[in-house]
Amino acid sequence: MTHARLVLANLGRHKRRTVLTILGVALALFLFASLRTVVTTIAATAEYGGARRLVVTNATGIVFPLPMAYANRIQALSGVHAVSWASWFGGRYGDNKRFFAQFAVDPESYLALYPEISLPEDQKEAFFQERSSAIVGRRLLEVFGWRLGQDVTIQGTIFPGDWTFTIRGVYTPTDQVINDDMLIFRSDYLDERLGRPGITGWYVVEIDDADQAAAVSKAIDDLFRNSSAPTKTGTEQAFNASFATMWGNVELLMGTIGMAVVFAILMVSANAMMMSARDRTGEVAVLKTIGFSDRTLFGLVMAEAGIIAFTGAVLGLGSATWLYRATNFNAMGFLPGFQVTPRTLVLGGGVALLLMLASGLAPAIRAARLPVVQALRRVE
Amino acid sequence: MALVEIRDVHKSFQRDAQRIDVFADLTLDVAQGSFLALMGPSGSGKSTLLNLIAGLDRPTSGTVRVADAEVSRMKSGALASWRARHLGFVFQQLNLLPVLTAAQNVELPLLLTRLSKAERAERVGVALGVVGLLDRMDHYPRQLSGGQEQRTAIARAIVADPTLVLLDEPTGQLDAKSSQEVLTLLQRLNDEFGKTVIIVTHDAHAAERAKTALHLDKGVLVEAEGVAR
Repeated sequence: MTHARLVLANLGRHKRRTVLTILGVALALFLFASLRTVVTTIAATAEYGGARRLVVTNATGIVFPLPMAYANRIQALSGVHAVSWASWFGGRYGDNKRFFAQFAVDPESYLALYPEISLPEDQKEAFFQERSSAIVGRRLLEVFGWRLGQDVTIQGTIFPGDWTFTIRGVYTPTDQVINDDMLIFRSDYLDERLGRPGITGWYVVEIDDADQAAAVSKAIDDLFRNSSAPTKTGTEQAFNASFATMWGNVELLMGTIGMAVVFAILMVSANAMMMSARDRTGEVAVLKTIGFSDRTLFGLVMAEAGIIAFTGAVLGLGSATWLYRATNFNAMGFLPGFQVTPRTLVLGGGVALLLMLASGLAPAIRAARLPVVQALRRVE
Repeated sequence: MALVEIRDVHKSFQRDAQRIDVFADLTLDVAQGSFLALMGPSGSGKSTLLNLIAGLDRPTSGTVRVADAEVSRMKSGALASWRARHLGFVFQQLNLLPVLTAAQNVELPLLLTRLSKAERAERVGVALGVVGLLDRMDHYPRQLSGGQEQRTAIARAIVADPTLVLLDEPTGQLDAKSSQEVLTLLQRLNDEFGKTVIIVTHDAHAAERAKTALHLDKGVLVEAEGVAR
């Protein structure tokens, strides 16, 4: 027999209550980790962006196209190293139950600007050679059970009709913020089928010097200020951040929900701990009579609270970490790189510690201060 | 010199606006090796006196000295370690922790010592042997009879070899046969092992086994009458 054995024996007194309390704590911390990971993933996406990459969109709004003729004029500006372009396709596949993004891009310049989109050289070459070819993310390939060389037909919504692409490459992002849930095809295929209207969704511009981002952005916007399609240019990071703000104040929302959930479960587990301590008033009196000091009894009750909180934390935080890693969860492409961060785990540990103090402190102090005679009278 | 010295002890309780005096100017000496029975009607203060000797309660005034220590003035921490060294206490009921076996319950006081695991196991074996429950050591309290539970509590009270063993109505919840077993055991502890035993009881048959019986009534201690010895 040891003090630890005594603590474990007490925890085993009402096994169902102990297990339910631990599961309650685990659920609270699982939800805490999940909600916080939504926030950290959005924040990581918003912060992502090549330091030397600018995005040029139509000043009226991103849904309005820009003339293809702008490419050469942007390229000619001082400080510009490379230019590429892309368009949102917005098609449907099959029964449309599984959403994924499709982009039309200029293959060679686009992949040169995004080395994070990594695929074997032979597949890249095949994509460059064949106009109706496409490359897809590894996850998308696995979700639909596609294979290289397979034809995939997408129903266009913005650009009506059936669009058939041959899968010639499978990319793997080297940065987890890059979505591996996309289908990327060639913009010249889109241009050809639409009758060569000579438009694109936006431009991506690589500049020579990241410190010149503001100056080059201004130069681009000045260049097209009096045209039929004026531009709005900014860093890629600002562009991504503007998408993140479309979610609204997610941080506040998730934080509020998260804290409400944790607080509610904290109350439940604190109540369970206090009930457990109250049930043992007589036993506390007996232990004090034997010679257990107030400090030892305080420690024993706190240890019980600690074991419940720690076990719940390991289960809750551990299962959240494992689940999102094992399933490679990304909310159907909306939250790429959805992984519980070490900082979230540390914060979760802090919440568990708080839980231990909140649920254990009151009964522990009560046990330590309880006068034996009063305790015995209460039991009688 | 007496093992227990109670001098001019006054004890009163406050119940709402009313002050209840349990006893005033109580003086008592209990010599080492005594077997004392404290008798008296309900509410006479027998258990309160026992609690004062054990340092579980404090007198309103006066002093309580046990084994050269003034327990009425000791602080909580010192009192706890004093109890662990010098005192064995048995309640009428609720003695054992239901989640521990008989052996684990008996071992509890030894967790407060520096004894090794093997030494603790040996002492638990001896204590359970003295009360005749070696074959029940792995049983939980719910698997023991009332008499066996009380004997286990007595084993726990003596396992750390205390100076003084106090028992508050130890046979109050037991049938006649179990009561006799417990009382025989207490007599043996006093006769064979030289333990000083103080027992609070309503039962005249229980008091008969003691060497001395005192009657507490209206705050006054007198030699008990009608206790055959």
